[in-house]
Amino acid sequence: MIYIYAAFIILAVFFAVLRGLLGPTTSDRVVALDNLTTISTAGLVLLGFVFQRFIYIDVSLIYGVLSFVGVLTIARYLEGGL
Amino acid sequence: MILNILGNVLITIGVIFLFLGALGIFRMPDVYSRMQAGTKATTLGALSTVIGVGILQPEWFWKTLLIAIFIAISNPISSHALARGSHKIGIKPFMKKEGLDSYENVSIEEEK
Amino acid sequence: MSRFIFSFGIFFLIWLGFTSSFHYQEVIVGAFLSLILAFLSYKSFTERGLFYLNPKRLFYIIKYLAVFTIALVKANFDVARRVINPKLPINPGIVTYHTSLKSDTAKMFLANSITLTPGTLTVDVIDDKLYIHWIDVISEDPETIYNEIGKDFEEILKEIFR
Repeated sequence: MIYIYAAFIILAVFFAVLRGLLGPTTSDRVVALDNLTTISTAGLVLLGFVFQRFIYIDVSLIYGVLSFVGVLTIARYLEGGL
Repeated sequence: MILNILGNVLITIGVIFLFLGALGIFRMPDVYSRMQAGTKATTLGALSTVIGVGILQPEWFWKTLLIAIFIAISNPISSHALARGSHKIGIKPFMKKEGLDSYENVSIEEEK
Repeated sequence: MSRFIFSFGIFFLIWLGFTSSFHYQEVIVGAFLSLILAFLSYKSFTERGLFYLNPKRLFYIIKYLAVFTIALVKANFDVARRVINPKLPINPGIVTYHTSLKSDTAKMFLANSITLTPGTLTVDVIDDKLYIHWIDVISEDPETIYNEIGKDFEEILKEIFR
């Protein structure tokens, strides 16, 4: 089961990174980045379950909070009102 | 036993939707449609994965629920801010029929 | 005063979720910190306080969560259908949606719910107009837009924030 989950998550990361590399505009790259952070938040929780380590859950929570703030900052910067 | 199966089913649904969301942002033609696919599919995917892990490990349930609530609140907000920002810097939405962009005139009027 | 108690309760619940242990030392420190935080921030974070704790409103909040979950699942199957189809059946455009909600919190909930329901994404909110990116524009008639996009949510939110 774990290998199937890993395969889907690797494919998801692959397509998101591809869009980030190809994206014609800055916004496309930021959208890809936003998706990557959500995928890694879920991936960290799954990793914590596979390794049976509670600390990964805390890491994923803080990662989610920081990525939210980061994406909001980039959005404000795009608008020109930082 | 039932909880075990339920948790695994939730995680499977979650990773499939995470994959579909990433495929969506790869295939869609413009920023706004990409955001649609990305936000919805990854939100449900992450929610379902995280809660599935919480069901498989009952002593982690409260913290995973907290992560799930946080994702559900923060994801739409960040995509809304990104959509507004992209429209402000002048990225035109992809349209099959002309003249469906009712927000266009508003953002020009605000600048004057 | 009711706003203060409301903030304290929310902070304390978040603390209990973070530590996820009910040892008495953790609970005492958490209560103390929540008191300080609630005292510092209750004026800027809440508008109505314990206003929401009334059986009728709680019933509508639960109903809202149920409607929202169903819409979220529907939205995902909608996205999956569009993404997997090789022809990519979309017809996007931005439409205007008129809301009759007054309070800012209600508008925020409406905008977030619209973002997570099938085929729609809120681009901006100005006064009582919501600008919505719709992936499959059926018609530009305001009545149809209201019925298709946000009727269910708006009726429940009106009851909650009355």
